[in-house]
Amino acid sequence: MATLAHKPFRVLPGFRLTLGYTLLYLSLLVLIPLSAVFIKTASGGWEHFWNSISSPRVLASFGLSFGASLAAAAINSVFGLLLAWSLVRYRFPGRKLVDSLVDLPFALPTAVAGIALTAIYAPKGWIGSLAASHDIRIAFTPWGVLIALIFIGLPFVVRTVQPVLEDLEVELEEAAASLGAARWQIFRHVIFPTLLPALLTGFALAFARAVGEYGSVIFIAGNIPLVSEIAPLMIVTKLEQFDYAGATSIAAVMLVVSFVLLLIINSLQAWSARRIGRSA
Amino acid sequence: MAATASALGQLAALPAPRHYEDNPATRDRAWVKWGVIGVSLAFFAGFLLLPLATVFIEALRRGWSVYLAAIVEPDALAAVRLTVLAAAVALPLNLVFGVAAAWAVAKFEFRGKQFLISLIDLPFSVSPVVAGLVYVLIFGAQGWFGTWFIDNDLKVVFAVPGIVLATVFVTVPFIARELIPLMQAQGKEEEEAAIVLGASGWQTFRHVTLPNIRWGLLYGVVLCNARAMGEFGAVSVVSGHIRGLTNTMPLQIEILYNEYQFAAAFAVASLLALLALLTLVLKTFIEWRAALAAREQREEEAQ
Amino acid sequence: MSIEVHHIRKQFGSFTALDDVSLDFPSGELVALLGPSGCGKTTLLRIIAGLEQADSGRVILEGSDASATHVRERQVGFVFQHYALFRHMSVFDNVAFGLRVKPRAERPSEDAIRRKVTDLLKLVQLDWLADRFPSQLSGGQRQRIALARALAVEPRVLLLDEPFGALDAKVRKELRRWLRKLHDELHITSIFVTHDQEEALEVADRVVVMNRGQVEQIGSPEAVWHAPATPFVYSFLGSVNRFHGHADAGALQIDAQRIAHDADEPLAAGAEVIAFARPHELDIDTDLSVLEGLRARVTRIQAFGLTARIELERNDLEDTVHHHEVELPLDRLVALQLSVGREVRLTPSRLKVFAEPAANLAA
Repeated sequence: MATLAHKPFRVLPGFRLTLGYTLLYLSLLVLIPLSAVFIKTASGGWEHFWNSISSPRVLASFGLSFGASLAAAAINSVFGLLLAWSLVRYRFPGRKLVDSLVDLPFALPTAVAGIALTAIYAPKGWIGSLAASHDIRIAFTPWGVLIALIFIGLPFVVRTVQPVLEDLEVELEEAAASLGAARWQIFRHVIFPTLLPALLTGFALAFARAVGEYGSVIFIAGNIPLVSEIAPLMIVTKLEQFDYAGATSIAAVMLVVSFVLLLIINSLQAWSARRIGRSA
Repeated sequence: MAATASALGQLAALPAPRHYEDNPATRDRAWVKWGVIGVSLAFFAGFLLLPLATVFIEALRRGWSVYLAAIVEPDALAAVRLTVLAAAVALPLNLVFGVAAAWAVAKFEFRGKQFLISLIDLPFSVSPVVAGLVYVLIFGAQGWFGTWFIDNDLKVVFAVPGIVLATVFVTVPFIARELIPLMQAQGKEEEEAAIVLGASGWQTFRHVTLPNIRWGLLYGVVLCNARAMGEFGAVSVVSGHIRGLTNTMPLQIEILYNEYQFAAAFAVASLLALLALLTLVLKTFIEWRAALAAREQREEEAQ
Repeated sequence: MSIEVHHIRKQFGSFTALDDVSLDFPSGELVALLGPSGCGKTTLLRIIAGLEQADSGRVILEGSDASATHVRERQVGFVFQHYALFRHMSVFDNVAFGLRVKPRAERPSEDAIRRKVTDLLKLVQLDWLADRFPSQLSGGQRQRIALARALAVEPRVLLLDEPFGALDAKVRKELRRWLRKLHDELHITSIFVTHDQEEALEVADRVVVMNRGQVEQIGSPEAVWHAPATPFVYSFLGSVNRFHGHADAGALQIDAQRIAHDADEPLAAGAEVIAFARPHELDIDTDLSVLEGLRARVTRIQAFGLTARIELERNDLEDTVHHHEVELPLDRLVALQLSVGREVRLTPSRLKVFAEPAANLAA
């Protein structure tokens, strides 16, 4: 094949400039700094890494972070689905207001949410005092962590399920109804399978956010070693003790978890896009 | 955040509003309807509304004078200034980045595009504490460049530059995430038309692309600003908590709270809560505008 | 201005969009690029415009090589399939855009722009819509505004990508006539891409039929319609009856039956051939005692309009069913007294024969 005698040109300008800038910006601000975590961890040696992350206190914090995050994401999946369903399917007074306020956890700074939740659930707070009268403590226990993680995770589920629910073809339900399916059967066999990828994506997003969450948790958690310390707090604690290698080791584990979650979320979203017939 | 960040882009694809309750095939029984609404609203009120209300109630518990005094307190004002500064640096940087990234991704084909989009999303999935930590590792006293910076009497970590850097890091994806799906949906025919008519690259961007993405841009800016001003974890790690110097508003709240100055903590918190409400109002307004435009577009195509 | 393309090749991955295409578009003509989707016609148009670049080959505009010229400097007018009107600009601003983005030294005064845009809007008969926005226009109106916008910069050539593709049938017919009239007034060299044969034949001075990245035939609408040069053109333009058989001294042997033909070139006896006849080029004979012709069975008769359409089925030796279609004058139909199920003979008045195997029979 003959080659072109002239330099090829692009119709729209700016490809090299914008792509170059994008890569440079990402490298300087995100990629190179993140690589520092792994380089630092590697330079500390395997043994030190293992000792850092296998101490009982760190293991307990991982257990709490992952456990509470899973529980919060699961709870949000159930109630987030109900909330999304209400917002899309029903007309009721205040629907639009609720719809706008669902994003509150995205907009409200985590520290603000943290102290507000603590004020509510502390033994002297509105709900906390109610629970205390039944000898239940919420704030400064793992239950408090769970509550904070539910707060920050809810919009992820609602906002991933909602558009898919809105996109759902009414004709599917009409067809199912005309074939004699009961309402529950339609939900079980027609609607739910279509929503499932989006619901799982929402679950994964809520979980990913919860694992790394810091601001809204540390106030209500009470941060009792081996009981209510979360993994990100362990990083801060190690830093305050000038144990940089220890902090970095925990961060490396969390970064790997983040990468894996990002990968899972990407494939879930691709699956979801395929399921509802849109190209990703 | 990735979930909602592209919400505006999805609006274009939304079908016209339907009335599910008027259709026998999609209508639920009354007890199902009110049961679902009841449970979901109770959950919503308990987990979302209650904390929001608490902020304002606690802030005003000791009366207006205490509230005002807490806000005009010098350290609080210094925190406000630093918060605004961090946002004022992060916004334009991420705005230029977002537009550049969206232009490259949406208007051109190249290998590894999907991977690049994932990379842009990366800061969303990194714990804010880790985001702060990486800058300590690089610029801290024991970090890669730490000694060089100390020798030259430059402080990054435990100083204002570190706070700004951490803020930029956690807000990198916001505007790009908003613009990429929007510009991909719009295609490049209008830009090609402008170039054929003799417009330069800049003229094309300024007169054709920019007007088409202005709502998405604004949406991204609003969300980016909310996060920039409210960031806690990343900033907390690099700040060093020096009152009046390296405290942003969320850090000031933490200090006041830990000193048992609850009314003052909630007073500063109420400012951020107001900002959050303003963000939601703007967000709703922009979504409404975009939905309007999408509807016009649909009617246009229906003709 | 004349346009020439020489040996254009374009590959998208493993898909060959254009395979060594050379064409000549004389000055002032209105030419249609006609072909099925995926035949490369839009790619060729975009390469001529400079919106796409050929892997090899040259684009010559008015005698000078424009292959390396950026689309911005080619001075072509391009009308996009979906118009690509700037949705946030009024109709007036859309048409004025090309003038307003000119470098300051070449830019006309705002007054001159106003006059020019008004003239163009009058030319496309839409001056009363100047303040509207694209979303407030009908499809046909948008198409005409897109044309006015392309003409505003006084292009040397006008390129239109499926100009009527997105319109409904009635508007399409109207606009077709209008475009022809406009071209007769302006005489600007124009190329338009279409997959609609009727559109190409009705509007264009010349038609370029394309298939699978190659040019099948170039000619006047009459020529491509009456004398298709390849089996592809035959099957692509209008409905046609197709027969497979063997050549046999001035006749075509199909199974055990024979039909006469008037092949232009001598065909080797026994060679595999494919033959085409338009529905009006077939006659029906009810006298089954004669051997000449193909036996077939009437399956459907539609006798409205000026001519009658008769559908028939023919079984070959392997029992494959072939469908045929014949167009007869109504009086002939009456004379034949045809009815559904009747066995008849098909006799072509004209038969075009091509030797098989041709590479591009599929259509």
